[in-house]
Amino acid sequence: MGDNHDHDHDHVHDHDGQDVPSATALRVKALESLLVEKGLVDPAALDALIDTYESKIGPRNGARVVARAWADPAYKQRLLKDASSAIAELGYSGAQGEHMVVVENTPSVHNLVVCTLCSCYPWPVLGLPPVWYKSYAYRSRAVIDPRGVLAELGVSLAEDVSVRVWDSTSEIRYLVLPLRPPNTDNLEEEALADLVSRDSMIGVALPVAPEGRAR
Amino acid sequence: MSLPDRAAGLPGLPKDGNGPVFAEPWQAQAFALAVELSRRGAFTWTEWADMLAAVLREATARGAPDDGSRYYEHWLVALERLCLAKGLTDLGTLDGRTDAWEAAYRRTPHGKPVELQAGDSAST
Repeated sequence: MGDNHDHDHDHVHDHDGQDVPSATALRVKALESLLVEKGLVDPAALDALIDTYESKIGPRNGARVVARAWADPAYKQRLLKDASSAIAELGYSGAQGEHMVVVENTPSVHNLVVCTLCSCYPWPVLGLPPVWYKSYAYRSRAVIDPRGVLAELGVSLAEDVSVRVWDSTSEIRYLVLPLRPPNTDNLEEEALADLVSRDSMIGVALPVAPEGRAR
Repeated sequence: MSLPDRAAGLPGLPKDGNGPVFAEPWQAQAFALAVELSRRGAFTWTEWADMLAAVLREATARGAPDDGSRYYEHWLVALERLCLAKGLTDLGTLDGRTDAWEAAYRRTPHGKPVELQAGDSAST
């Protein structure tokens, strides 16, 4: 090869060459280049995937699903019966959205979603999970003490409200259908969607009440 | 999203503002590789989730920080292991290719595309 390897020093910068990426980044680059050469992955498909998850998919999708369910009782029934199909009606489908289950909050039941083993999450409607969802603290505490977790987050539930925790898996992914806030009868779907946060669809928050109105 | 990130305030949980989806480009690449390999049938998503869960369990067991910030490092370990287990590549080839890329960066002048040379590492 003709060039001098120098593995003895730790510097990541050589004056003659370019900045060397981190060891981790080099491992990814090595694996990717080998898989591309073998025809096991297509670089264009990888770029398209990254673009999709960085800029096109996020909790706004889920908020539109929730708003539609609030506004259209027939849609809500379809959503609760077969979530994947009902969500696909709005154009949201793809990886990690194949077997969706929507769990409905009611005045007597609050639902909370976790993945205790890893990070299963409904990508087509929520995007990729936030850091805390992937943390051991949340994965363990959500099951052991869901009321405590909710209370710390400022979600205070009446004592007669029961909490159900849903453990997502690689086969089933859950989305919470929050309770529609009061005083929202006159709002259009798009305005309703603005009230729906990502966290309310995981079950760690409640939808925000419309601005300027009493809760 | 303009809504407040309520969970960011939970004591004991890592904060997570509405920052970028991937903190560094390699995280995006590692993410996409796993999704694409699964989509093309190199492994099932259940096999992937099982492997990732095993790596996360090991990290917890050895007391590694598991606040979610090192998630994609665990993701990469799971990806490498599953690729090796499925025979998509082997450890010697992978290590050799990693060294080859490092050498390529070191020898390539600024502003030039970084490329491997013939003989840098075998691809089989």
